[in-house]
Amino acid sequence: MKPFTYERAKTPAAAAAAAMRTPGAKFIAGGTNLLDLMKLEIEAPRHLVDVNALKLDKIEATPGGGVRIGALVSNTDLASNTRIRRDYGVLSRAIVAGASGQLRNKATTAGNLLQRTRCPYFYDTNQPCNKRQPGSGCGAIGGYSRQLAVIGTSTKCIATYPGDMAVAMRVLDAQVETVNAAGTVRAIPIAEFHRSPGDTPHIETALAPGELITSVTLPAPIGGSHVYYKVRDRASYAFALVSVAAVVQRDGSGRVAIGGIAPRPWRVAGADAAMGQGAKAVAQPLLAGAKPTEDNAFKLALVERTIGAAIAQARETA
Amino acid sequence: MANVTEMEISRRGVMAVGAASAMLAPLPAGAQVPAPKAVPVTMKVSLEVNGTRRDLEVDTRTTLLDVLRENLHLTGTKKGCDHGQCGACTVMAGGKRINSCLSLAVMHQGDEIVTIEGLGTPEKLHPMQAAFIKHDGYQCGYCTPGQICSAVAVLAEIKAGIPSHVTAELTARPMVTGAEMRERMSGNICRCGAYSNIVDAMADVAGADIAGVKA
Ligand SMILES: Cc1cc2nc3c(=O)[nH]c(=O)nc-3n(C[C@H](O)[C@H](O)[C@H](O)COP(=O)(O)OP(=O)(O)OC[C@H]3O[C@@H](n4cnc5c(N)ncnc54)[C@H](O)[C@@H]3O)c2cc1C
Ligand code: SF4
Repeated sequence: MKPFTYERAKTPAAAAAAAMRTPGAKFIAGGTNLLDLMKLEIEAPRHLVDVNALKLDKIEATPGGGVRIGALVSNTDLASNTRIRRDYGVLSRAIVAGASGQLRNKATTAGNLLQRTRCPYFYDTNQPCNKRQPGSGCGAIGGYSRQLAVIGTSTKCIATYPGDMAVAMRVLDAQVETVNAAGTVRAIPIAEFHRSPGDTPHIETALAPGELITSVTLPAPIGGSHVYYKVRDRASYAFALVSVAAVVQRDGSGRVAIGGIAPRPWRVAGADAAMGQGAKAVAQPLLAGAKPTEDNAFKLALVERTIGAAIAQARETA
Repeated sequence: MANVTEMEISRRGVMAVGAASAMLAPLPAGAQVPAPKAVPVTMKVSLEVNGTRRDLEVDTRTTLLDVLRENLHLTGTKKGCDHGQCGACTVMAGGKRINSCLSLAVMHQGDEIVTIEGLGTPEKLHPMQAAFIKHDGYQCGYCTPGQICSAVAVLAEIKAGIPSHVTAELTARPMVTGAEMRERMSGNICRCGAYSNIVDAMADVAGADIAGVKA
């Protein structure tokens, strides 16, 4: 690990200002992704701004009937919250489908959104990777790509966004609230938060340098049966090959977002519109224009089947 | 695959092995480029470890795990993968189990830390330690301190109503079942495969009536 200086920020604006002031600074929350990457020197911040004392650890009601989740709420606390379990079950389910009990105790709402890809070439510093080292090439294209993305990729990067929580937030139309060093606040719709790789796969989100996430808001509950169906190589403690977040209403209509197949949580209006017409009809618009590799073409069939399984589960639990 | 050179094939083969494990949990990369001269930074931090206040001055890079083992000589907590994948480093911080390898010591100013040494002693074992011995919940013993810390926390988490991936009803209280315990213990890997005896030990402590448990 490269040496770094460290400070504990006291207010969100001060944290954002500290991150802007010091070149090469990064926020640290739970540390479960950043420290992992720092040990491998894939990340090498020169200064860490600890955001744990910002008092952004509450879940509260919004005037519009929704909830505001503090950026520092732990994954365990979020998944366990009574209101989230009752009204936003897909979010609780997605969180407990990820990582381990120990990790979820430390992992935070903001840190989870910002977790980086698990592309094996990104992790192996002996391999070229445009995301880790812009312009160095992409080891995964033409390499071993079983876990990687089948849609939304570019000729520069085919990595997936690996997380589970954000897939549920995508289906719930969450907004990410931020503050910058000037004290300006804004709300970014989750649909615009994670970016497509294009020619700049190292730029992964809509956040500006030094911009701090303060909270995530969810609109008023939409009812329905909530399901998060995750398919992975072992029964627990593994990243998704394909995951489906679905909210299904009694009449069969609903919403669906897919994880494990794209550089962002993947949701398409045409798929929501096709809910109620069977898994094939729902999968088709989601996968239109997919460019799988020989290794990961299996994900196309898996998406359709997982959607089918998720809808069946939603009916059972309705 | 018709016009792929032999070298490319072997590269794919090598990556296939490495990559499969990376997706489950990435492994550390090999040799790094030598680090340019950078100045290590030290900071003061005080921790409340197993009930005793410890004042330390550490390199900011030092993990909680390394402070426990190297500075405080509490070597019960083990270093396995050092990347949050194996659970051997599990300790309680502020009453919650965490991977001490993925946490910086300086981020624990004033925190209460409980390690396996703080749970019980050879003279006065914690009930979970006694149950691991009774049910033979280990072979080589390397992952055991982490398993025991996790096991204690898992029963507390079920009691506190924290849901898991296998909890059927999100709005109902989770129960102490074999499936619940196995799922919640998935962050602790045991290469000897003592898993079934670990679940037996946990069921014994929980007083749970689980099919097949020889309490
Ligand atoms: C072995 C292992 C298995 C895992 N399995 C899964 C899995 O199955 N599914 C899954 O979804 N995840 C999984 N994870 C990933 C885990 O969910 C993330 O590591 C965790 O959510 C990151 O949260 P954190 O608070 O620890 O982030 P940190 O590591 O503290 O930070 C991550 C990033 O977010 C930035 N950041 C943090 N807070 C803020 C803020 N308020 N504003 C702006 N930037 C901020 C940091 O600068 C950093 O770049 C796994 C991790 C490990 C180690
Ligand atoms: S797919 Fe993206 S992350 Fe993976 S090696 Fe290529 S550029 Fe890097």
